[in-house]
This record gives sequence, C-alpha cells and structure tokens, in this order.
Amino acid sequence: MSTGPLIELRGITKTFGEGAAAFQALKGVNLSIERGDFVAVMGPSGSGKSTTMNILGCLDQPTGGVFRFMGQEVQSLTKDQRSLLRRRYLGFVFQGFNLLARTTALENVELPLLYRGTPKAERRAAAMRSLERVGLGPWADHTPAELSGGQQQRVAIARALVTDPEVLLADEPTGNLDSERSIEIMKFLRELNQQGITILMVTHEPEMAAFAKTIVHFKDGLVERIEAGEGITA
Amino acid sequence: MLGTSLLLAFREIRRHLMRSFLTTLGIIIGVAAVITMVSLGRSVTADISDQISSLGSNVFFVFPIEGDRGQFRPFDERDVVAVREQIAGVKSVAGQVEANVTAIHNGQDWDSKVEGVNNDFLDARGIEIDEGRRFTEAEMEAGANVCIIGPTVQDEIFLPNQSPIGERLRLNNVDCQVIGVFATRGSVGGNGDDDNSVLMPLTNVQRRFTGNDNIGYMSVSYDASYDSATMTNAIVNLMRERRVLLDGQANDFDIVDTAQINETVQATVGTMTVMVAAIAAISLVVGGVGIMNIMLVSVTERTREIGIRLAIGALAREVRLQFLTEAVVLCCFGGLVGILLGFVLSYSLASVLGFAFIFDPGINVLSFVVSALIGIVFGYFPARRASQLDPIEALRHE
Ligand SMILES: Nc1ncnc2c1ncn2[C@@H]1O[C@H](COP(=O)(O)OP(=O)(O)O)[C@@H](O)[C@H]1O
Ligand SMILES: [Mg+2]
Repeated sequence: MSTGPLIELRGITKTFGEGAAAFQALKGVNLSIERGDFVAVMGPSGSGKSTTMNILGCLDQPTGGVFRFMGQEVQSLTKDQRSLLRRRYLGFVFQGFNLLARTTALENVELPLLYRGTPKAERRAAAMRSLERVGLGPWADHTPAELSGGQQQRVAIARALVTDPEVLLADEPTGNLDSERSIEIMKFLRELNQQGITILMVTHEPEMAAFAKTIVHFKDGLVERIEAGEGITA
Repeated sequence: MLGTSLLLAFREIRRHLMRSFLTTLGIIIGVAAVITMVSLGRSVTADISDQISSLGSNVFFVFPIEGDRGQFRPFDERDVVAVREQIAGVKSVAGQVEANVTAIHNGQDWDSKVEGVNNDFLDARGIEIDEGRRFTEAEMEAGANVCIIGPTVQDEIFLPNQSPIGERLRLNNVDCQVIGVFATRGSVGGNGDDDNSVLMPLTNVQRRFTGNDNIGYMSVSYDASYDSATMTNAIVNLMRERRVLLDGQANDFDIVDTAQINETVQATVGTMTVMVAAIAAISLVVGGVGIMNIMLVSVTERTREIGIRLAIGALAREVRLQFLTEAVVLCCFGGLVGILLGFVLSYSLASVLGFAFIFDPGINVLSFVVSALIGIVFGYFPARRASQLDPIEALRHE
C-alpha cells in the first residue's frame, strides 16, 4: 500500500450533463503524486483544475478511469466511506475561505474534530494549537466578519490542519487576497510541506506556483505538461 | 454523535434566539391551550362533583311532577312514612316544604326562605350544626317556633361578633327563636344559595307559611350496600301503588339520584374537555408545520454551511441528525414554555372563575412527549433534504 504513489489518477474522465447538453470537462487525466510533494496546478480558466481537485478531494466521482488514494480505489467506495476518507486524511482550503459565519475562529477550527468525536477539552486544545500555528491565537474568539481576508484564510488553513491530514487540498487559496497576504500564505504552506504534509494547490499566479516543488499544467481537460517548480531549490 | 448534534443544535438556536422563539410560537400556544383546557376541565368537574356530593351521597330526591292527564298531586307526611317503613335499605326519609320569607332582626331585614324540615332532613342531607343544637322531639312534634339559620342569614342579619343563639328572629309575621346555625352546605349551580335558608319544624311551616299538609319533595337516603337501581325500582313501585297508577300510565313523580347526576355531569364535561382539547391540539399540528417551514428555510439558507460540513467529512446521517435534533430541541423548548404558560393560564383562569386549580401531571408529560414527536415528524423532511445535498453544489451556493 505504501509502495505506490500517494495519489494516482489513470485516464480520469468527467462528463457533466447528459445527451446534447453533455460536456466533457476531463478527457483522460493521468497524474501521480508522491508523499511530501508540493504541487501547484495551473492552467486557463475552465481547463478542469477544480473538477480534478474535487475528485481528488473525494467530493466528486469521476465518470471514468481509476483514482487510487493510498492504494485504495476511491471510485468503488460508498458515499459514507468517501466522507470518512475526507475526515481522516484530507484537509480543504477554498478560495472563498468557507468559514461558518457568526461562529468564532476557534469553533470553526474545532469543527472537524467534532465529527471525529474528540472530547471537548482535547478538541479545544488542539484547535487552539492549530490557530497558534497559523499565528491567530489572539483572534480565537473573533468571528469571520471581524477578521481580514488573510486572517480568514489562515483560520481555514488551521481548520484543515487540526486533524493532522495527510494531504492539504487548496483551490485558489490566494485568489481573494492581495499579493502581500498571498505570499504570507504561500510561505506558510511551504513550511507545512517541509513538516511533511503533501500539498496540492490550484493557482493561476506564477509567483505563487513558484513556491511549489512540482507544477502541473492543465489544458482542455488534460494534463498538458509537468515541470519542476522553484520550491525544490528554495 | 447525538452529543455533537445537541451541541450544534443549541449553538444554532442560541445564535437565532428571536427566530427560534417565533418558530416555536405555534407549539407554545398549542401546548398551553391543551393544558389550559384539560386543567380547567378537571377543575370544573371536581367543582361540580363537590357540589353534588354536598347534597349527600346515596341520596334520592323524589318529587311530584305533572302526570300524563295533567294531574299534579303533591306528597304528604303519609308518603314519607310509607317510604320509610315499607322499603328495605332506606336509612332515612325526610319531607321538605319551603316558602320565601323576609327575615327581620333588630331592624335588619333580609330576603331568605324558610324550609320546613325535621332532624331526618339534616341526616339525609348531611347537614352539620356549626353552633347551637338540632330540634328536639317535642319541638318537631309541636311545630315549635324555633329555627336553625344558615350561615348566609347569620352574616347578613347578625353582627359578626354576636352569637345568634337564643336571639329572636321574625319571619314575615312569625316570631321564632334561633336555636342553631348550620355549617355551609355549598350550593348546586342554578339553585341559588342553599346557605341562605332558615330551617323550622315541618309542621310549623305547613301551618304558618304554606297553609296545607303538602310536602315539596322527599330526600331518601339509603344504605350504601343497596344499589341505586334496586332502590329506585322499589320507590317507583311503592309510589305507583300509593298513587293508583294503572299499567301504561306515566309516573306523576320523578326520582333523581345524586350519583347519577354526578356521572352524567362528569361525562358531559369530560366530553367537552376532550373536544376543546382536540381543537387546541390542532394548533399543535399547525405549530409543527411552522417548524417544518422554518427548518426548510433554514436548510436553504445554510446550504453553504452544510457543504462545508460535508467537505470536512460529516456523514449524511450526521447532517440529518443535526437538523433533526435542532427541530426536536426547538419543539421540546416550545413544549416546555407551553407547559409553563399553560400552568400560569390555567392557574389564573381557575382562580378568576373561582375553581380550585388542579395540576394534572399526565397531560403535562403527554404534551411534552407530543411536542418532541412533532419535532421528529416535521423535522425529518427538512433534515433529509439537508443530508442529501451534494457537497460541491452546496459549497458553490451563495
Ligand atoms: N457542475 C458542473 N456542471 C456543468 N459543467 C461544469 C460543472 N462544473 C464544471 N463544469 C465545467 O467544466 C469545465 C471545467 O471546470 P473547472 O474544473 O471548474 O475549471 P477550472 O480549471 O477553471 O477550475 C468548465 O467548462 C465548467 O464550465
Ligand atoms: Mg476553478
């Protein structure tokens, strides 16, 4: 199980809609990602990056092809089994942050642990540690509305990290941030990667992709080319 | 898992206190209405049953009515003696006759009634003497000018700190001496105040007030080991014989049984209570529909939140449980507030209407359980809808 790549996509296709309205967003994606990699996914809008991320995140099922995660064929799992995969191994960071409104930063970060049934004291402590890790300890009691965009995204990262996931999936995590905040987030992601977390990130900004070890270029629902990023030497 | 759902439900309700309160208003009002109706029904039945038992238990009232040929034949003392001596199981029989009088003492006058009775009447009707004494044999025999007054008469004519015993009282133009005061008899609704009465030996009232030997009605008390149907039959047969009624002729007298009155009234009030409570219960169902409505709105409003929860790894059934728990907690909360409101309402209504408040634990527990059930029934559909959302669609929802 641990011998193969962490993530393996073989001939993944995805078709939205049916009949005349059918649209093939992915046309046979092949991709292997090793443990500890830091991958930036780039490509023009509509090339299938988010669709691929949703499949990798077990949020969506491919129409065809094979998706192996830690050696397991995900497309043959039930909905609940995929939920459990997400719960145990995956952390998500979204472009729109996707924090619960009117809910404090701490409670947002606690959320994944709540579903794991972690006892209250332990949950609190872990959430607090995670918030401190992204430098937001003092903001634990603030709601998203009281935080800046960069801070909200760091809360989202803290939430993704609180379960010690194997893989962190980020779809345009800096899409809503100015370049200064973006670079801050990227530096932080690089740090996490150095601590051993595999990271997959969609971006269309080359400055951000430069932090990655591997850059995957998408075009028209296919992987166009894969190159080494500068992150390898940084 | 349930603990988590409870925690989430409480958080959500706390975040929308006002909305939660308004959502449950239907349940609150429904529960309060049901409890108030049932409690009031209980109070009214208890009150009526109390009044009826103040007439004495195992007592019949026998009175003349118009027969089928238009005849009206009053009873007299011979009927009383016949019932007393010829029917097994009879404990006491008392004739009564009454007349309206004005009672005067020391220039105070008061409209009351005089009842011609013997000590038997006191026994049959369970009337206690509060102060003074009952009649003596000699007084009853001679029809002496002595009287036992009711508490209302005492309050209206005599000073509060003055004992009426031995005082003289004038009834119209008959002068008599007060020998006792009877304890309150209560009153049967519609019959006026039975405490506003002066009791005098029967023969005296017949001689001085009504001017004939007639008796208004008989109170017959019987041994509790005899059943009421047997006693009724015996009395009917005896009276028909005495009044020479042929087969096929209707009774020109009637018998009323206190136990029977009690049962009839209880049944009637009981049916009315059930009906009114059922109408009130409809508002509970309407409240349930209100909960479902708001929960559906809430699911739509929180689509993104549901998407986030699913993305983080919540199982469909966990999301379903969360929303179901929220609905049930809301309904239970509404049930509790409704019980409280129902208590306050039935307590104050009972005291305003002059009934004793009766707390019925059964209806309170039942209301609470029904509230929770309504939460489950009407919360299930929105909860299922929430759990069936597609995480990607939900996340994209604005
Ligand atoms: N749910 C959907 N239904 C129909 N078409 C979709 C859906 N999701 C994505 N698409 C289409 O698939 C293509 C790829 O989308 P996406 O993966 O979001 O691209 P991007 O690379 O910009 O993230 C786009 O043309 C988009 O319109
Ligand atoms: Mg995209």
